[in-house]
Amino acid sequence: MMALAELEQGFAEAVRDEGFIMEYKNLLRHYSGRPTALTFASRLTEEIGGAKIYLKREDLNHTGAHKINNALGQALLAKRMGKRKVIAETGAGQHGVATATAAALLGLACEVYMGEEDVRRQQLNVFRMELLGAKVIPVTSGTRTLKDATNEALRRWVAEVDSTFYLLGSAVGPHPYPAMVKFFQRVIGDEARQQMLEREGKLPEDVVACVGGGSNAIGMFAAFLDEWKVKLHGVEAAGQGIGTDRHAASLTKGRPGVLHGMYSYFLQDEAGRILPAHSISAGLDYPGVGPEHAFLKNSGRVRYTSATDAEAIEAVRLLCRTEGILPALESAHAISEGVKLANMRRKGEIVLICLSGRGDKDVETIRQAMEVERG
Amino acid sequence: MTALDVRLRQAEQYFIPFIMAGDPSLEVTKRILRLLQEEGAAAIELGVPFSDPMADGPVIQTASERALENGVTLKDVLRLGEELHAEGFHTPLILFTYFNPVLHHGLEALVEDAKASGFAGLIVPDLPHEESAPLRRIGNRCAFPIIPLVTPTSKERIEQIVAEAEGFVYCVSSLGTTGMRQYFADDVEAFLDTVRAASPVPTAVGFGISTGAHVRRFRRHADAVVVGSALVGKIEECRSDLLDPNRIDHALASLTRFVRQLKSE
Repeated sequence: MMALAELEQGFAEAVRDEGFIMEYKNLLRHYSGRPTALTFASRLTEEIGGAKIYLKREDLNHTGAHKINNALGQALLAKRMGKRKVIAETGAGQHGVATATAAALLGLACEVYMGEEDVRRQQLNVFRMELLGAKVIPVTSGTRTLKDATNEALRRWVAEVDSTFYLLGSAVGPHPYPAMVKFFQRVIGDEARQQMLEREGKLPEDVVACVGGGSNAIGMFAAFLDEWKVKLHGVEAAGQGIGTDRHAASLTKGRPGVLHGMYSYFLQDEAGRILPAHSISAGLDYPGVGPEHAFLKNSGRVRYTSATDAEAIEAVRLLCRTEGILPALESAHAISEGVKLANMRRKGEIVLICLSGRGDKDVETIRQAMEVERG
Repeated sequence: MTALDVRLRQAEQYFIPFIMAGDPSLEVTKRILRLLQEEGAAAIELGVPFSDPMADGPVIQTASERALENGVTLKDVLRLGEELHAEGFHTPLILFTYFNPVLHHGLEALVEDAKASGFAGLIVPDLPHEESAPLRRIGNRCAFPIIPLVTPTSKERIEQIVAEAEGFVYCVSSLGTTGMRQYFADDVEAFLDTVRAASPVPTAVGFGISTGAHVRRFRRHADAVVVGSALVGKIEECRSDLLDPNRIDHALASLTRFVRQLKSE
């Protein structure tokens, strides 16, 4: 708790410090390449024949996803607080790569906790993190995936809290993490909102983002929460279907519970034990969700739905074919729902989709899934 | 004042073992509990297996996984307490469970059920003091101690935490998770003395205490000493014998020797 109090204070001081904010914005601009483009998906729009589809191109960030926005912000904060080392959890390795990148840039030591199962599935990202100077520590407990990597990173943080900063990758965990991650990710929504006004002179009818822990979604939604006419849609991973036990739809099918220092929705059994999540997309493969999404679900401000593994693969194919963009499997869930929404809307209306990351990392998974499809 | 703190105030009552319920089986857990009672445990912490034991090191994590595979739930552990109680078991049993199963059982229902099942107190390792007021209020009303944890990083919070403590105060010996370790922080004794001086109830120290030498060292700075991972690890080592009706007595004898070594003066 002392560590969280220290972090809360450090973060509160940093956001009031113009120099800190300036440094963060400079890194986003000159290192990560922001602002990212807002792309009008003209051929996709034509093919669907409904609303205009716009893509917020977080895939064009350095390291290929929105994760870097938060990693740079928190790594700067770590440095400001005098920490010499950052630790992080990672599923597929995207947040691990972003953290290792930010640590290399700022001269911090870096350790990444990764489930043994994910280490096996994501050899290339493991190598990438090691190239960036990070130490990757395989986690062998529990389900050997993201949830357990998070447990282990938290355990490690507690053990060496004086020198170490825990750089959490999603809008989850104890306060102030969800608020801090939202702060560093809201650049997505702020930019998209301004770009939308410049290009179309109005706001979109629908805004869509995928939700695992929910960091790209909360960052995107942040700029639209007060615009009551804009409908917000969060898309969870339905895996093999929400009627099966192989999905990661904690908001759709989970119940309130407490884990990782937050009260939110979790996949769990009747005795309150956390159940394993499943998704073809490792970034959505988490049995919980950020607490602000739980609040937005309960308040009704955001509609939460889900897309299956198969629908995500179909969306990958569609976006590749019509726009020449290979989306991350996570983002493909948002594409799938965005296309459905556009289809129900009139021409001239607008659907804005957060394309949270690029799909290069997923090529092997996508290839295997398509082979299985073909039988 | 509860029965638990009265008991821990007696000098000869200082040994608090921790075991995981259902590892290797609920039936064997019962036998081990009786053994620990015979060996003079002041109280016994009984762990409820959980999918995400955040405060625990590898030894208790794997014990938890084995117990989960045996299908053991919070309700089973409550039932175990009830059965033991009915059979005349008299050593105070402390329920050790993570918060999510408590939340699902219902806070009030859990305190009432634990008390009715003969438990003497409750430890929830992932429930920080700042979030524990509702549970402590229920505990107060039912005269059922919710035992707080303090760590060396609790610093200025220590005074506030112990002021409201019931049963005893669980002092975490060093940062990190449960489990055997060679070294403790240099200032651990000073920390323990600070807590003891501030606490209106007895103190117990745990996390990493795994040898007779550790027990003797820490006994001077706390009213009781908790040994978890070392014992759970020994149970794991004897697992196949404990599950074999022909070998169980032999395995229990080996556990008895282990406990006596821990307690040897």
